[in-house]
Amino acid sequence: MLKLTRYVLYDIIRSRVVLAYAVFLLLVSLSLFNLEDNPSKAILSLLNIVLIVVPLISMIFTTIHYYNSYEFIELMLSQPLSRTRILLSEYAGVAISMITAFLIGIGIPVLIYVPDAVGATLVLTGCGLTLVFTSIAFLASVKARDKARGIGSVLLLWFYFSLIYDGLVLLILFSLSDYPMEKFTLLLAALNPVDLGRISIMLKLDVSALMGYTGALYKEFFGSNAGVLFTSAMMVLWTAVPLWTALLVFRKKDL
Amino acid sequence: MIRVESLRKKFKKLQALDDISAVFSSGQVISLIGPNGSGKTTLIKTILGMVRADSGHIYVNAKPIDGDPGYRSKIGYMPQIGRYPDNMKVGHLFSMMKNIRTMPDAELDTDLLVRFNLVSIFDKPMRTLSGGTRQKVSAALAFYFNPDILILDEPTAGLDPLSSEILKEKILQEKKKNKLILITSHILSDLDELTTHIMYLQEGKMIFLKDINTLRRETGEDRLVKAIAGIMRTDKKNALWIDEVLAMKAGKEHP
Repeated sequence: MLKLTRYVLYDIIRSRVVLAYAVFLLLVSLSLFNLEDNPSKAILSLLNIVLIVVPLISMIFTTIHYYNSYEFIELMLSQPLSRTRILLSEYAGVAISMITAFLIGIGIPVLIYVPDAVGATLVLTGCGLTLVFTSIAFLASVKARDKARGIGSVLLLWFYFSLIYDGLVLLILFSLSDYPMEKFTLLLAALNPVDLGRISIMLKLDVSALMGYTGALYKEFFGSNAGVLFTSAMMVLWTAVPLWTALLVFRKKDL
Repeated sequence: MIRVESLRKKFKKLQALDDISAVFSSGQVISLIGPNGSGKTTLIKTILGMVRADSGHIYVNAKPIDGDPGYRSKIGYMPQIGRYPDNMKVGHLFSMMKNIRTMPDAELDTDLLVRFNLVSIFDKPMRTLSGGTRQKVSAALAFYFNPDILILDEPTAGLDPLSSEILKEKILQEKKKNKLILITSHILSDLDELTTHIMYLQEGKMIFLKDINTLRRETGEDRLVKAIAGIMRTDKKNALWIDEVLAMKAGKEHP
């Protein structure tokens, strides 16, 4: 397993895209921390970047990498290696390199400027989102036959999770505003990893006081130990389920 | 060594393999022949596990292939179009394969590596190689691990006459070591001196699997091309194809 991952990593490092990603994140976080006097304001701006950029880059990079290493996968298939092992090695390679880039670009600056619970939550959320969206992108690329379709579906998924989903939630909340919806919104938030990440950091920032009754409910639920456990479990599920489905599809695929 | 039992595979509407059953044993050189799209490559890829059959079973050394992928360590495969990671250097490719198959250096067969003089291009990336050189790399890789079973898909297509001759000599040598060799080729004269059995496929169906001496006796022809022509003429659709082959050969020999 590690043997194959090593070659995947080697290939990724040679392409230098991950290096550019790390440098980009580093520039953004350093400039934000130096422009804002108040580090927690900088964290808020950084949060929005993490929630938008990390899923997008993770998915696009994973998809392009998958199609570029199609030859490698084909070559490995004629060797005494199981398909599960081949795909998991690819996943491990991509996930490790994306997380490393994130830790260099955002993790180190945040831990230097804001070495508290808020900073730690931001870094952990970023890592979680990287894992989740890499796994979703693997599912999309394994399912789609050609590169254009793969990247197209990944972009649609990104739009869905970052923009469309919030719109849908608002629509539901407005049209059902006569009913008590607080518990239901908790469930809705869990169905989108981006929202989960946003809520868990917002609560740490104490801006939840601005969010009224629902905010109080969120604070009570997500702020508790059970809530943290729930958020982590949902993130793990969001990583494991798409990856597992991708493995099932890949095992039956003709190459 | 390889037993195929009522294998079927359908690609959308195309019946690529239609109830194929055969037994190949060591010491045999099986030539898979038939028009384009008759299912030769599909059969090979199914044996390698790259294409999943709809129904039927394949056993390699009496073990079903859908369990343990370890059986592929007994197989050397030379694909029709060798596709390799673009950025990988030739030398790196060989060291990677060695690492994946974990075979001690002493047992490696570097014969073709030396005779094709591939060591001199070890530091060239795969993407800069010409089609013929790529074929040489594929051939050297297939023989590298001294496998008991060799599967060669159009091995001489794209090779210059000298290299083609070297490869044919190598195949003859391996034949003497009592290995099982599966070859597909459209150049019937290449197969003449190598083959012990002919397997003829058409539209996914196996028309016959006969050893060459029986074939010669039945048709009264010594040359493989004419022997097959004799068989095929009895069937109108086949007669057209074999007439074309003969016409082309005649055109080449008497321009």
